[in-house]
Amino acid sequence: MLNRLLCLIIKEFQVILGDTRARTMLIMPVVLQTLIFPFAATLEVRNSTLAIFNQDGGQASVELIQRLSRTAAFSKIAMVQDDGAMQEALDQQKALLALRFPMDFSRCLASGKTAQVQVLLDGRRSNSGQIAAGYASQVFQDYGAERGAQPASTLSVRNLYNPNLEFKWHVLPSLVAIITTIGCLIVTALSVAREREEGTFDQLLVSPLTPAYIMAGKAVPGVAIAVVQGSFIAVAAAWGYGVPFTGSVPLLLTGMVFYGLALAGVGLFISSISENQQQAFLGVFAFMAPAVMLSGYVAPIENMPRFFQWVAICDPLSYFIPILKGCFLKDFGFRDAWHLLWPLLAIALVTLSAALRLFRRHIA
Amino acid sequence: MKKLNPRRLWALCRKESYQIVRDPSSILVAFILPVILLFVMGYAINLDADHMRIGLLREDPGPAAVRLEQTLRASRYFEVHAGTSRDGLVTRMAHGEIRGIVIVKGDFTSKLKQGHGDAAIQVLTDGAEPNTAAFIAAYARGAFDTWQQGLAADLGAHPSPALDLRLRTWFNPSNVSRNFLVPGSIAVVMTIIGALLTSLVVAREWERGTMEALLATPVTKAELLMSKIIPYYILGMLAMVLCLGVSVFLMGVPFRGSLAALFGLSTLFLGCALGMGLFLSTVLRSQFNAALAALTSAFLPALMLSGFVFEIDSMPKILQFLTRIIPARYFASSLQTLFQAGTVGALLWVNALGLGLLMLFWLGLTAWKTRRTLD
Repeated sequence: MLNRLLCLIIKEFQVILGDTRARTMLIMPVVLQTLIFPFAATLEVRNSTLAIFNQDGGQASVELIQRLSRTAAFSKIAMVQDDGAMQEALDQQKALLALRFPMDFSRCLASGKTAQVQVLLDGRRSNSGQIAAGYASQVFQDYGAERGAQPASTLSVRNLYNPNLEFKWHVLPSLVAIITTIGCLIVTALSVAREREEGTFDQLLVSPLTPAYIMAGKAVPGVAIAVVQGSFIAVAAAWGYGVPFTGSVPLLLTGMVFYGLALAGVGLFISSISENQQQAFLGVFAFMAPAVMLSGYVAPIENMPRFFQWVAICDPLSYFIPILKGCFLKDFGFRDAWHLLWPLLAIALVTLSAALRLFRRHIA
Repeated sequence: MKKLNPRRLWALCRKESYQIVRDPSSILVAFILPVILLFVMGYAINLDADHMRIGLLREDPGPAAVRLEQTLRASRYFEVHAGTSRDGLVTRMAHGEIRGIVIVKGDFTSKLKQGHGDAAIQVLTDGAEPNTAAFIAAYARGAFDTWQQGLAADLGAHPSPALDLRLRTWFNPSNVSRNFLVPGSIAVVMTIIGALLTSLVVAREWERGTMEALLATPVTKAELLMSKIIPYYILGMLAMVLCLGVSVFLMGVPFRGSLAALFGLSTLFLGCALGMGLFLSTVLRSQFNAALAALTSAFLPALMLSGFVFEIDSMPKILQFLTRIIPARYFASSLQTLFQAGTVGALLWVNALGLGLLMLFWLGLTAWKTRRTLD
């Protein structure tokens, strides 16, 4: 029987990898995405434009503008001469942030009164705007501190695991999970649907293979694709992008296999409830987009409304991404990751057995 | 190219519409998926972090340290969990249970009294989540400033800060990130729908062999293409209306622009998205490959490169250039403007131009690749 299973697995691999186009489709996007997304997906603000309306013109405001122009956040300073131009710069998205120094700015500062600065943000990009305003306020605070008295206590911040808060260190481990999801799900979800559409599924059913074996034969290539694609991105992350890898490699591989199994379960489940490839494809999408959104990659899960937190409990990505980050940044071994590994296995068991049940019913 | 025959076109459109209506999955994509995705994106992606869980290790019983703890607990940004050892808290942070740790050492009060300025409060953050880490550092600094001012006020001094930054956010005064994320999400959702709906249609005909039958009829290339575009355009516009309704009436996002501008821009955008899907379908001729291509070229680029969460100016120059060929970039910017700022003429015209050129590009490419032979 094992021999038959092996034959089926080999046949599945031949179907997937035999076609040049299909092979390219499994390799090219992964390479391109690994090259592009780490640079794109950053919430840092750099090279943005700052519009300044300086009604003051005194020495203090000129000094501050010079300091602002030296920060990485603002590469361009656009000086405007009236309120209308300031508004236009924001409206047309020519500037992310606008500052106005009022007429009495330098005078207030010289006489020891509190000097006001008005900061205007673009609400269409209020997140980036707030981050940029944070950089600006740091410049102002430093300037104020130089003029004021030394405080008695200080606050020191240290970022563990990622001292300089490099965004790439957060994005690349997450990408290992996100990018492999597409390949693995499509391969498993479309496999049964394709056989059904092409009529070869009946041939498979009259063979001596039992439904469980057929399912195993369909799941193995999916898991293999997840592991190969994931390893590729992980290697690129560690060597190409220099993300430190501090944890254990066996844990990483175990995590990939478990995650692959969970995905294969989801894929086969979708496959067994869809009549054709189109429906299977839509099912994959209906699962994948929310799964990525709720994984904690874009925003932390604890900030979501309760309902979505519950949904996230069933999301394999929300376990795999912490495993990956642990392996890369947090020196995780099996003991640290156990609480993340078993839910993946549980998801795999539930989805695989559900798929098998539906599968059997279809046959009967 | 031969002239369009309206009757033949009508018949083909009807055939395509029947296929849509009779397949429950198209209805799922056009009407149910957008609503789910909008809710997920609008509520689950909450960039306004509050109630972040932090650990507190206070080894100093002095009043100043207690006061700091009270300040932290009073902050609406933090949910403070007291800990007993540094190692224990660091382990909890490694497991993601808390996102930051504030440490007040045992000698804090005595150092504060000496007044050498070396009474230090340490904040540790989980750098594996850079965005959250930055928020925690910023809010901890805010709480620290409040605490310092409180201490100074007790001593009778009323230090007024030398500089006062007055922040005001235009269009979105209370800084609700949903107000700009939902319009941006609509761009992502519409990209997905456009590409998903059409990426399979031509490939399906090739795979099922019905293309052969279709080519045996006198149908022209233009008729064939238009019969694939028109029904899906109508479906896409209906989905757009649904998205608009859900975001304005259910999610309470203000819409301040003109509906005519929205209609025009959506048409151009759907032209791009449908054109791209049709192109992939025409070239790849297999549903499996077209599905994979549509997923990778529609969803992730729209999410990562459209500038709706991730600032385009912060990307390297070459990627900034690449975003110019992503239709979602122009559509996300247009939608965010129409929803929040109103009809800002110049900006919308530039976006319309970008979308128009991309639409011509994709539809032209599809037309060029569409053959009337079986080769």
